[in-house]
Amino acid sequence: MNWQAFWLTVRLAAIVSTLLIAIGIPIAYWLTYSRWRWKFLVEAAVALPIVLPPTVLGFYVLVALGSRSPLGRWWESLTGHTLAFTFEGLVIGSLLYSLPFAVQPFATSFGAVDRQLLRASASLGHSPLQTFRRIVLPLSKAGLVTGFALSFAHTLGEFGVVLMVGGNIPGVTRTISIDIYDQVQTANYSSANQTALVLLIISFVVLSVVYGANRRPWAVGPWR
Amino acid sequence: MRKLLALLLLLAGSLATAQEITVAAAADMSAALPQLVEAYTKKTAQSVKLSFGASGNLTNQIRNGAPFDVFFSANEEYPQQLIAEGLASKETLYRYAVGRLVLWVPADSPLDLSKLGMNALLDPSVKKISIANPATAPYGRAAAAALRHFAIYDQVSSRLVVGENVSQAAQFVESGNAQAGLIALSHALTPAMKDKGRYWTVPLDAYPTLNQAAVVLSKSKQQDAARRFLEFLRSPEAASLLTSYGFSLPAEKH
Repeated sequence: MNWQAFWLTVRLAAIVSTLLIAIGIPIAYWLTYSRWRWKFLVEAAVALPIVLPPTVLGFYVLVALGSRSPLGRWWESLTGHTLAFTFEGLVIGSLLYSLPFAVQPFATSFGAVDRQLLRASASLGHSPLQTFRRIVLPLSKAGLVTGFALSFAHTLGEFGVVLMVGGNIPGVTRTISIDIYDQVQTANYSSANQTALVLLIISFVVLSVVYGANRRPWAVGPWR
Repeated sequence: MRKLLALLLLLAGSLATAQEITVAAAADMSAALPQLVEAYTKKTAQSVKLSFGASGNLTNQIRNGAPFDVFFSANEEYPQQLIAEGLASKETLYRYAVGRLVLWVPADSPLDLSKLGMNALLDPSVKKISIANPATAPYGRAAAAALRHFAIYDQVSSRLVVGENVSQAAQFVESGNAQAGLIALSHALTPAMKDKGRYWTVPLDAYPTLNQAAVVLSKSKQQDAARRFLEFLRSPEAASLLTSYGFSLPAEKH
């Protein structure tokens, strides 16, 4: 078990899912309440990483954000290094990669809040922002937990993007999934087995949190 | 009746492609081998499917039952291991070339490779150096050995970025994400990379010889077709193609 790779991956996933709360809530808010007729295009763009192969994201991070592109040069002049082969590069790649896993549960739970409550809140003199903070957010707790947990778990299991832009640097970009891949490729099955088992357990626990948060104890079937 | 005919046609089609052989090849052959295959197919109508990867990865896949007929490795140890395990036939082992390791920098690099040689890597402008994974890629092992040979490994180890195989190491430096790379000469000579950079050939005594070896796999159901393809490697036509990609031939002495 490579603990360095393990903690690196946990750190990556924690940073990414926390940032996605900050980035995802405004996007989800806009997606829920905007009446713009072309909104569906933005919805489609946000959902893209679900269907795009991770290699496409990896390719863009490597080439479109590499030192040959204007964007990459701008980043380089700012930080002194390219995005590829750095922890920040992995964070940016993972933000894109896990975006829909945060935004979609957020937007779903915002949209599920009873509009009557929003109208009541407005009639009592609350601004839309106050209403959102005091009514919508507290009622969307399950959605927020789901989005956080799903983006955490999704980043934990990220492989393709990291393989393409990481450069496999121990302590910087060698994540746990890359470590498993290396162990398998060098026929080090017992070590791969241990690590895989740890990942399996964590993934199960995280998903249990998601389903636990969304549990509806009062649900009754039509046969009752 | 029509359905039956369609089924027969389908069967006939699959029988025809059953003659195809599948070759697993080291990543340093990713440019040369497709051309070899093209020449071979033109001559014999034998179709050949190619699958590239790090030699160590391919060896591991073969151990786990990958359906390859022939294995081209970038060193001789992996085929030897497969022979010892009964997975490849010893009498077919053929050392077809010797691979060369080069230090490659993009064309816009300020480094004078001919003057500096390996010490170019100590220049502060070199922030990342791409190599192949030493655990699975013979070129990665050669790169690490060469860095140790020139006694600069400890100084540069924090700047190494590791490609999954030598093709990815080449891609890392070709795309400008690394400022220098230790890659295969066969990549440096491809049309895609030729004009994009300069290289310095790492002397042969700096790393264990990269004997390129091909072998027919024991589980192959097309032993004859596979052996015939390996036979083609000995032809002058194949030899000249290999040398044009920077491989030196086994008979040549250096």
